[in-house]
Amino acid sequence: MIKRSFIGLLKPRLEYGSLEETPSLKQIPIPKEITLLSNCPFDKKNLLLKKKATVKTGQKLLLYKESDEYVVSSVTGQVSSTSSYTGDFGRSYTAITIEVADDEEVDDEFKDISKDASLETIKNFLAFSPGNPLGNPPVKLFVDKDKSISTIVVCCADSDLLITTNRHVVKSDIDAVKEGISILKAATGVNDVVMIASHGQMHELSAIGEKVSQVNDTYPSALPHLIMKDILSKVVPAGKNPEDIGVGFISAEAVASIGKAFSNGQIPLTKILTLVKKDGSKSLVSARIGTPANDIFNAFNITLNEDDRIIFGGPMTGSSVYSENHPVQPDTDAIIIQDRDDIPVISDYPCTNCGDCLRVCPVNIQVGMLVRLLEGGHYEEAADQYDLYSCIECGLCSYVCVSGMPIFQYIRSAKYELGRANTAEATNNG
Amino acid sequence: MVDNNKFIVSHATFWHDGSRISTRNYNIALAALPAILLGIICYGMSAVGVVSLSISSAIIWEFIFCRITKRSLTIGDGNAAVIGMLFGMLLPATAPWWLVILGTFVAVVIGKQIYGGIGAYPFNPVVVAMAIVMISWKDIFDFNEALMNYDFDFAMVYPLAALKHFGVSAVDSFSLGDLLMGKQSGGIGSTFGVGLIAGGIYLIIRGIIRWEIALSFLAGVFITALIFNMSDSGRYAGPVVHLFAGYTLIGAFFLATEDSSSPVNFIPILIYGAGTGLLTVLIRNIGVYVDGVIFAILIMNLVNPLLDKIKPKAIGKVA
Repeated sequence: MIKRSFIGLLKPRLEYGSLEETPSLKQIPIPKEITLLSNCPFDKKNLLLKKKATVKTGQKLLLYKESDEYVVSSVTGQVSSTSSYTGDFGRSYTAITIEVADDEEVDDEFKDISKDASLETIKNFLAFSPGNPLGNPPVKLFVDKDKSISTIVVCCADSDLLITTNRHVVKSDIDAVKEGISILKAATGVNDVVMIASHGQMHELSAIGEKVSQVNDTYPSALPHLIMKDILSKVVPAGKNPEDIGVGFISAEAVASIGKAFSNGQIPLTKILTLVKKDGSKSLVSARIGTPANDIFNAFNITLNEDDRIIFGGPMTGSSVYSENHPVQPDTDAIIIQDRDDIPVISDYPCTNCGDCLRVCPVNIQVGMLVRLLEGGHYEEAADQYDLYSCIECGLCSYVCVSGMPIFQYIRSAKYELGRANTAEATNNG
Repeated sequence: MVDNNKFIVSHATFWHDGSRISTRNYNIALAALPAILLGIICYGMSAVGVVSLSISSAIIWEFIFCRITKRSLTIGDGNAAVIGMLFGMLLPATAPWWLVILGTFVAVVIGKQIYGGIGAYPFNPVVVAMAIVMISWKDIFDFNEALMNYDFDFAMVYPLAALKHFGVSAVDSFSLGDLLMGKQSGGIGSTFGVGLIAGGIYLIIRGIIRWEIALSFLAGVFITALIFNMSDSGRYAGPVVHLFAGYTLIGAFFLATEDSSSPVNFIPILIYGAGTGLLTVLIRNIGVYVDGVIFAILIMNLVNPLLDKIKPKAIGKVA
């Protein structure tokens, strides 16, 4: 954890670490059981997959009738259970648990189709491949008729701290990235590709022959909204995403997945992630999607104690999980373990108006006033007058808060509550 | 799938820079120490008594109030101690015990707690308490009379009072060095210019106070005093006296910079600081009071929320 410097006059500098600090990749053996999560709400009646159904490695598993949501099995075996998983903000997920069989058998449905590298194929088979976030995988953006994507941004830098996935992919498999870009360009018809490089990547990336721009090496400059503002000189309007103004973001890992899928005729199933141990040391891990975190901990002889914290994702924007069996997902870029003594205290102290948050805010939000309104539950007013929707969710305000207020969580829950109220209103009016 | 361990499941962010309200307050107390030490050297045990009583009574008032209102005990954050310390620094060494206790009651209970405690008060509690006791017991704050019984090797005169009553010639004897080294009469912790400036610089470097407030306050005092002085140097003293006498320095580094009663945006900070400086000299030169710092800060505290409406536009804001 990076602490405030003695000279507090300076803004905090949270630097993205360099890749060289991370030792070589460790392969995690295939576990006995894996769990695949899909962001479809669980609905047992309509679930197509039944218990005991056999699945093969790389097999696409459609989940529900009249829905094109799918997961891709990363192992060969038998479905042992289907259940509901509840994530942040009460979101419901479908969880498919597969018991792994002794012999691995590779599904060949994709092999036949992979000769045709069309956008449909990418959308129908690669939305669950490494590097794609659950819910809104970038490959689906490109076929969305409402968003006419005219620029593709390939993010080779990692957006949160401690994460090295994209940089590792670029370093180890630049050809797959190159291949993926050319497939993506041909399939989408979009020729404007911008590659975002982190410090030290310029040389490797310029060999690909696309436009390359370098981001600053301090957090949060590699977050999409700031890349839009600083590098593409397009300011995303409050409450919108880059794709709403025609820019599709895709990570280098997802692009490499596309490249590898078509050159091997197999859907990629291993996820690269950074494991950060209690003492802060980092290891690079490669594991099948769906591997329970516990298997990774065992491989490194890590024991967890009561009241520790397991974080999936980076220290600024990740989310903590309540089970050590939580599976690695296609977008799990890091697993961080925090010792109970290292967990910063969140307090119920009020804001003292010190102003640190608004000086650190990258988008000039009056965080102090905003959080006062949010504490009182005045969400509408917060959105109208104090720029709630301008927030790009970097979490720096919570990081610097002298009172230790959970400012970032106030902001996220306000957005969630407002979203819910608006949906309810739309349903009532419709 | 049985988990033996229960984990902490909280929300992002998972890191914190480790800053704490208590650390801030203890640092403010530390920065104020040099000025108090010189006060103690000058005035001896009575200064120790006033400052100690002030700190302890402020803490006790906070303790009593938290207990009565059944709020969680907040004395550990150091805020009450700092309020008591700063209040003690403003008092003359001869201040009677009941005034100290009454003053900290006004500061902690009326100035801070009834508004909702730390962060919620519109006026700096120390300044509120000071304004009330200064108006109510004027004689105690006549530093010349109060400190009459002390015998020093320097002219024991309160420069601002001399200026008010006898004109510019009365303060001619004060050199810059004397003022900075505390060779003037005044509050226990408000005369040692070098100590206050060093404390202020320490707080600025640590990022605990906003340098813009302190600097614009001093600039406001300097420029206003200079204009007065240039218009009629026979009636109005030069900027140096105004900068280093009375409560100017302690005001600039310790009072005006109080977090919740001062603005946070850059332009509002400049207006707030410069406005406080301007009002200070206006009150000193053409008002009825000898020193204007306390009232100037109170008035600017009042307009602070309005000033903070001048804010930068959020990036991505539509229309």
